[in-house]
Amino acid sequence: MASRKGAGGALVDAGLSALVAIGVFGVIVGLKTDSGPTSLVLVPRPWTVAIAAGLVFLGRLALLGWRAWRPAGTPAPRRLIRLGGSAGRFATPVLLLFALTLPAYAGRYWLDLGVLVLTYVMLGWGLNIVVGLAGLLDLGYVAFYAVGAYSYALLAQNFGLGFWTCLPLAGLLAACWGIMLGFPVLRLRGDYLAIVTLAFGEIIRIVILNWVSLTNGPNGISGIPRPTLFGLTFSMGGGPGTFAGFFGIEPDISQRVMFLYYVILGLALLTNWVSLRLRRLPLGRAWEALREDEVACRALGINVTTTKLTAFAIGACFGGLAGAFFATRQAFISPESFTFMESATVLAIVVLGGLGSQLGVALAAVVMIGGSEMFRDLAEYRMLIFGGALVLMMILRPRGLISVRLPSVALGQARKIAAGVLAQGRG
Amino acid sequence: MASPLLDVHELCMRFGGLTAIDALSFVADAGKITAVIGPNGAGKTTVFNCITGFYRPSSGGIGLAVPGGGRLALERMPGHRIARQARVARTFQNVRLFAGMTVLENLLVAQHNVLMPNVVDGLLAVFGLGGHARAERAALDRARFWLDAVALTARADDPAGTLPYGAQRRLEIARAMCTRPILLCLDEPAAGLNPRESEELSDFLRRIRDGAGGEPGCSILLIEHDMGVVMRISDHIVVLDHGKKISDGPPDAVRADPLVIAAYLGEGDEDETPAPSREAAG
Repeated sequence: MASRKGAGGALVDAGLSALVAIGVFGVIVGLKTDSGPTSLVLVPRPWTVAIAAGLVFLGRLALLGWRAWRPAGTPAPRRLIRLGGSAGRFATPVLLLFALTLPAYAGRYWLDLGVLVLTYVMLGWGLNIVVGLAGLLDLGYVAFYAVGAYSYALLAQNFGLGFWTCLPLAGLLAACWGIMLGFPVLRLRGDYLAIVTLAFGEIIRIVILNWVSLTNGPNGISGIPRPTLFGLTFSMGGGPGTFAGFFGIEPDISQRVMFLYYVILGLALLTNWVSLRLRRLPLGRAWEALREDEVACRALGINVTTTKLTAFAIGACFGGLAGAFFATRQAFISPESFTFMESATVLAIVVLGGLGSQLGVALAAVVMIGGSEMFRDLAEYRMLIFGGALVLMMILRPRGLISVRLPSVALGQARKIAAGVLAQGRG
Repeated sequence: MASPLLDVHELCMRFGGLTAIDALSFVADAGKITAVIGPNGAGKTTVFNCITGFYRPSSGGIGLAVPGGGRLALERMPGHRIARQARVARTFQNVRLFAGMTVLENLLVAQHNVLMPNVVDGLLAVFGLGGHARAERAALDRARFWLDAVALTARADDPAGTLPYGAQRRLEIARAMCTRPILLCLDEPAAGLNPRESEELSDFLRRIRDGAGGEPGCSILLIEHDMGVVMRISDHIVVLDHGKKISDGPPDAVRADPLVIAAYLGEGDEDETPAPSREAAG
């Protein structure tokens, strides 16, 4: 359109857009109220409006220019997908190498951020089993995270058990709670399932908050022991039995952070390995079949009940493991850390990454968690940018960053399956 | 000489005040193709849903003769156990494939219970234990056999949802056969097929009945509106109208039955629909 009208038409179009911008921003941004000596005074800010209008003018021009330049035929999203496909082959090894070598060159701040991001990567991969593979919409995933964290904290405090003993126990307990949640919601689908899981997440949090004799209520549990490396602690004393003392090096806080980083990296990779493996096994295939068509599953003799429960249990188990790690990293937990916001964040990571895609979920976690940490300086604008990015994302890639599915088995060359034919699961 | 495989006895299915099936009794013999026909809304699909456990009948019994001897009461079993233990497989009137999974994956999901006898085995397989690799190879062989049988080998790695309609119908039958059934229930398998495809389907169903290539024969229960297909392949026909059986016998006898002609052509009845259309049959 713009190409036919030529450059003049584009300039007029951009000019009109700038006029609209002046109309909108002129009042909202152009006039600022300040407290004067006696009353409020109105401070005009013409330059700010001019800059905003200029940005709109240039932006519109760039958009029109891009449209004119864009080769006809392939629509833009298609080309983006192709770009993503070729990048995907290199992204996994590069990302993995980057994650493995990060402690070698990153400082304390980056390593801490890495630990945080990896925790969410693990949570995302865990939830991906439930939401992405089995197609069960779970809004209460944080409940299992909380169960894992409190399991470790309480077992460590009351029975003096160490982190590595408690880790599998925390996973197991969370899996039990996953089954407990699973039973009442077996018959529910879609929105109804989402609401019940949401309530379940809140129930766990509120019980933790109010069962003061066990959980110390809102005051939380502090002094949770740190993990050890084959019995070596990471205390700053540097005596015998500590990591620094054993290797005869100067004790440093960064050693512990580095250790924590590798622990969560290992846990996250374990989650990834198990879910990738399960996808190629009958159980994982049954989950995906359940997402595609539950009635057909029943007609083929698949026990829908146990299949759903295993999805809930295994997803919850990884949530519990991540929770135990969270408790040992923070050394302090309280119900504050397990609000609905966490569930929403993890779900957003899964949806943004692309349901069922491991790489997509990892990238989404990096963008969502890393991004929101990076923009911390922008204070309240952070959420604005964030929301805008989500909206943009859903317009450009409505099925998430990586939305293609790779078949779990193939006679010949496995070909990617476009998102269009995939079912998203109705619960 | 033929022994009864499925016997439906005084089956009733009521939805609130509506009686969809009223005291229906019939027998399907082993090694035969039994067709259930009738005008739209006669209750054919409801019968299927009762047999395959999707509905629990209001009263009456459905017995299945087990190959080793004995009888299973299907009316008391949940759906997935009917498919697994009684080995009754079914297809759906509107094709229900796993559209986002490949043709091959569809056939492997059908063999889920062979591949994963229980959850513990399924979880052990994550660590490569429990002889899963061998089971998977056998399952792939079986899938290949049925891919060949329905001429879909070339499209094995394509998503099932992208197949043409006729191929989807064939795939659904192949998927049902992968569960190793002794009774295959087909709900309008010829709906939407062109005459040549219907012809091929008839041959294919006869091959399933008689068994070929090392596969044992499988009895078939069939709902169908395409009278050409029904008359060509059925060994026995049961005619339903308004939830009641109005005729029962070999194709020639049923075709000549005045009650059947009246039901289809609407003789002096309020039921004026002349010929069966292909949608929304009961």
